[in-house]
Amino acid sequence: MRSILTIAGKELRGYFVSPIAYVVLTGFLLLGGWFFYNLLARFNFILGMYSAMRNPEALAQVNLNQWVVEPLLHNLSVVLVILVPMITMRSFAEEKRAGTYELLMTSPIRTGEILAGKFLGAAVFLLIMVGLAAGFGALLWFYGNPGPELPVMAAGFGGLFLIALTFAAVGMCCSAFTENQIIAAVSGLVACLMLYVIGWPADTAGEPAGNVLRYLSITEHFAELVKGVVDTADLGYFGLVMALALFITHWTVESLRWR
Amino acid sequence: MIEVTRLTKRYGDLVAVDDVSFRVDEGQILGFLGPNGAGKTSTMRMITGFRPPTSGTVRIGGHDTVTESMEVRRRIGYLPESPPLYLDMTVTGYLRFVGRLKGIARSQLSDAMERTISVCGLADVCDRILGHLSKGYRQRVGLAQALIHNPPVLVLDEPTIGLDPRQIIEIRQLIRQLAGNRTVILSTHILPEVSQVCERVVIINDGRVAVDGMLAELTRHRSLEEVFLQAVSRETAPRGGADASAADDA
Repeated sequence: MRSILTIAGKELRGYFVSPIAYVVLTGFLLLGGWFFYNLLARFNFILGMYSAMRNPEALAQVNLNQWVVEPLLHNLSVVLVILVPMITMRSFAEEKRAGTYELLMTSPIRTGEILAGKFLGAAVFLLIMVGLAAGFGALLWFYGNPGPELPVMAAGFGGLFLIALTFAAVGMCCSAFTENQIIAAVSGLVACLMLYVIGWPADTAGEPAGNVLRYLSITEHFAELVKGVVDTADLGYFGLVMALALFITHWTVESLRWR
Repeated sequence: MIEVTRLTKRYGDLVAVDDVSFRVDEGQILGFLGPNGAGKTSTMRMITGFRPPTSGTVRIGGHDTVTESMEVRRRIGYLPESPPLYLDMTVTGYLRFVGRLKGIARSQLSDAMERTISVCGLADVCDRILGHLSKGYRQRVGLAQALIHNPPVLVLDEPTIGLDPRQIIEIRQLIRQLAGNRTVILSTHILPEVSQVCERVVIINDGRVAVDGMLAELTRHRSLEEVFLQAVSRETAPRGGADASAADDA
């Protein structure tokens, strides 16, 4: 456990010592702020329009959850597709390039511990990132009248964290294959984006294939959480993808021992 | 202490290390010589367990590097060809990280760090960032990293490469000081280094052991240069190629 925390601490420190953490956080919050501002402006506009039209039924349909929080979360998840691989690209590629991989691999610490430490470090960073973005939700809750439904919003931001963790696992996996950070970032981005869009042909693909594609699509499961529906099947999906990506990473790192 | 038995490493068709066997007794300093590309680094990587052998075994204090990897790793301090440094860390921060990684107990960590810092002469640069240190100091930090858990076996891959003459002398002195009851394998292609530091010599050429013996006996009638050149030319002469020209340089 101590070695896992040692590695996690080193990773986390590494993010904040290099400019990467600040660039990524700034970019994420900047885009998030832009989305938030625009969604809120549109919400206000529609609210104003409906009340001018004296249409109480339509007015009752407009709420912060559906009109601001949901689209905000979906937009942020797209940003994560791009940013998370940037965070994880260093994890193994940089160690290999700098030669510190030799230190790690000849120290009395198991591959699983290295992996767990690196994942934990990334997870804490992503928690900070999603936590800061949850500030947008907090603003709505403080100033909204009526505010958004808190449990639904919590499920949504929880889902955003889960999607970030899943992308981190996939990104780390891509980083384990190469010693080039750019290749790690690009392949991670492609893999995450693939998870994002794999469900697109689901509607036209016919019964069994369509269902499979729909199940594989990360957006399908994320959308449920964003709506506030916390289903173990969706949570299981995130767990499964993460476990699979981490397993492949472990296998790739270990394979050095018998190649 | 170190037993290398019929060690072979192939990368595809290339045979980097070919049926190498030797042993190093406890407390010995072994000079591991060979021209560039002779398979020194490959052998050292297999000794430390970083890379697996294609065939053959390495045992450190009776533990196999492949099947008892953790036991071996606890006993070895390894300085790779380029010191494995995180350039954004300070010297103390780095040594603390490595100390934890090597499993030094919390209560003993600061003692271990102090001891290593004083042995390696790093007291003046403790708070400096590794990336800002000169090559000589980086090499020392690399050595400190290998020493911090006080391992009985040290594997040093070209520890003086790229240093200026004064730094070379300092590092050599340091290695001699360190030896004591430690077993050391020191790879190099600088011959005077071996004469000054080592008791035993293994010369490999083209992946095979060409000479294995005590320095005093080998150099009784000839200089180490002659021993080396003869060992290296014997095998490369019919093949020619890169190794032969590297031997000429040496």
